[in-house]
Amino acid sequence: MSSLEEPLGFDKLPSMSTIDRIQRFSAGACRPTVDDMGMGNCWIEGRGCSTSNSCDEDYEEYKGEAFPWRRHVRDASEGEAFNRRPKSLSKNRMKFGHVCKSRNLPDQHYSSKCTERGIRGITNKFLNGIPKFVKIVEVGPRDGLQNEKNIVPTSVKVELIRRLVSSGLPVVEATSFVSPKWVPQLADAKDVMKAVCDIEDARLPVLTPNVKGFEAAVAAGAKEVAIFASASESFSKSNINCSIEESLARYRAVCLAAKEHSVPVRGYVSCVVGCPVEGAIPPSKVAYVAKELYDMGCFEISLGDTIGVGTPGAVIPMLEAVMAVVPAEKLAVHFHDTYGQSLPNILISLQMGISTVDSSVAGLGGCPYAKGASGNVATEDVVYMLNGLGVKTNVDLAKLMLAGEFISNHLGRQSGSKTAVALCRVTADASKIR
Amino acid sequence: MIAARRLDKISRLMGSRATPSAFLKAFNKESLLWIESLNPKVRLLGNDDGDAVRFSTYHYSSNCNHSPTNKVLRNLPAHVKIVEVGPRDGLQNEKEIVPTSTKVQLIKMLVSSGLTVVEATSFVSPKWVPQLADAKDVMDAIQNIQGARFPVLIPNLKGFEAAVSAGAKEVAIFASASESFSKSNINCSIEDSLARFRDVVSAAREISLPVRGYVSCVVGCPVEGIVPPSKVAYVAKQLFDMGCSEISLGDTIGVGTPGTIIPMLENVMNVVPIDNLAVHFHDTYGQALSNILTSLQMGISTVDSSVSGLGGCPYAKGASGNVATEDVVYMLNGLGIETNVDLEKLLLAGDFICKHLRRPPSSKTAVALSSKKANSKL
Repeated sequence: MSSLEEPLGFDKLPSMSTIDRIQRFSAGACRPTVDDMGMGNCWIEGRGCSTSNSCDEDYEEYKGEAFPWRRHVRDASEGEAFNRRPKSLSKNRMKFGHVCKSRNLPDQHYSSKCTERGIRGITNKFLNGIPKFVKIVEVGPRDGLQNEKNIVPTSVKVELIRRLVSSGLPVVEATSFVSPKWVPQLADAKDVMKAVCDIEDARLPVLTPNVKGFEAAVAAGAKEVAIFASASESFSKSNINCSIEESLARYRAVCLAAKEHSVPVRGYVSCVVGCPVEGAIPPSKVAYVAKELYDMGCFEISLGDTIGVGTPGAVIPMLEAVMAVVPAEKLAVHFHDTYGQSLPNILISLQMGISTVDSSVAGLGGCPYAKGASGNVATEDVVYMLNGLGVKTNVDLAKLMLAGEFISNHLGRQSGSKTAVALCRVTADASKIR
Repeated sequence: MIAARRLDKISRLMGSRATPSAFLKAFNKESLLWIESLNPKVRLLGNDDGDAVRFSTYHYSSNCNHSPTNKVLRNLPAHVKIVEVGPRDGLQNEKEIVPTSTKVQLIKMLVSSGLTVVEATSFVSPKWVPQLADAKDVMDAIQNIQGARFPVLIPNLKGFEAAVSAGAKEVAIFASASESFSKSNINCSIEDSLARFRDVVSAAREISLPVRGYVSCVVGCPVEGIVPPSKVAYVAKQLFDMGCSEISLGDTIGVGTPGTIIPMLENVMNVVPIDNLAVHFHDTYGQALSNILTSLQMGISTVDSSVSGLGGCPYAKGASGNVATEDVVYMLNGLGIETNVDLEKLLLAGDFICKHLRRPPSSKTAVALSSKKANSKL
């Protein structure tokens, strides 16, 4: 579908400010608004042939009317079933990162009169179940950085956390109190916590493997912790050196201690679709572990597709099984993008009523089980999709991208987020022509 | 060996979403072992009698009418046709020209993976697309390949005639839903391009040659920004009415999300039958697979993709372009949707072209699976 002549270079585009360009290409920018449905301000009128690709014998020259097709569009729209409500939505402008200000917007876009095929009915079914607000749990500083070969300095970690918080992310997993013997990359947990203790705009949970880690976390100032069990027996044994039941017993002790300190606990379940050792994981096992964590006092259960093998076909039965025993509003999804499947999996989860999504800025965190493969889904890509769906996240994509750029620059590699790469390229090219 | 009767039972239980042979083709032995592990009573590789009912329940059917599964996956097509555009849409963007023999070998490997439509080349003037200047030679070399169709892109009547004399049995034309893009990309207005294509389609009909129509910029345009769904519907209808057998809707700059795809598809489906529609999403912002899933939920059953994600985005340098066929097939396999594509053989085709281009695949599935293979050899 790409250009079949010389690609449209940016020197041929009207000049725009960087932000304007970002707006054009942000998910919200390309969502049709009632304003733009009409034949109006968007159309570039009266321009002659571009001089960039001069006509030659391959192309006939036409001297037709400049925009005869406008008339045709009007004719086509007469029969359109696209139901346009009176525009009450003057706020629906392409504001960067704050695209949808009205809960009515989705209806405005895709509720329309039914055709004989009843297609409208289907699309309403798909989108009406999607939550209006999604909480994004940013795991980059922990789940992302714990996989880095080169240890990231404390100051860089802290700066990353600050930038993430300033982008509007409500929850940023700050670090982990797992023994530095196992995770040397986060040995500075105490120092990180000290440096972020003044941050008030976001919650900063930390990972804790047991009561000892919990106590260290609380002493370091943690106000929220996370624990992690596996739905796969083999993975539990190889990853945390004990059986599922043993780990649950351990965590009951943590939850008890946390309750005494009024510290909320988040529970992770890993290998919710597949395990690198066992293969497929039955949904019933995932439901069992999720229920145990919920019953012992976890306020939220994050379901992780640790090796990223899930597709909607496997995610749905898994979610169904878990939602039978844990309320949907207490669940989060934590998909890995190892096979490129995380965004469709997230979309499906939203359609099923899940409203908390874990992700990692710039897609930090590779997959330790498939060397070179990607791991966490990139927060920028998730926010881009949610913006396009009209789902609120409170996240400012531009600021998020700055955070991603910051850490990618430090790590000396390109962002693992396609949205970030695309928008960077677009703005880089735009800035060259100014 | 797998008992044919058992496969019959399984595929029937799976709501006729797959014929037994397609089921076998879609899952290699490793996957069948995996599936067996879902329910110890299911034996796909052995002789035990098994009850496969639970298996089908796990994947996408549910007994309860109120189950969310019904709502979310009920209308998915049982079969999706993949239109492979790598050799054309992918390779036309390469800086270094790929030799004819490599192109031909790639096409052969793609066909042997089970892909039934492979866009072979383009008869746009070599002045504009030097990468595909060898169109005639490519067509010569693939004349005898059975089992797949090889549409070629053509810009006008002249290109059409060249394509036909080179042996093309199917062609594709492309119009834009954005006026600015039409002018910048093919140097004429939308109406002018449609008039041009009416001549082509006329000529094609005289010799009973099928024509596929592409619509570009169905969500956003690099110049204009938003493209209204009504415009997309207009152009799609024009192409359909003039005689195109299939209309492929292209998100040229990859900016779409399900929130914009749905109204666009709704509008187009009002005026073009759904069976004549295809989606062609670019993965520039990582949104292609979720857009494809949304399209499937709306009943679309033809998807364009490019092996190993060949073909970058010329509007955001360095950004990705086409969605990778391997990632699409992986998702469709997981949904139990039949594609006829053997993922292993597809991976080989991708591996072949990426080795030639000396870079890793832009397919996460390909990277993950080849890394897995490499590790298992250790």
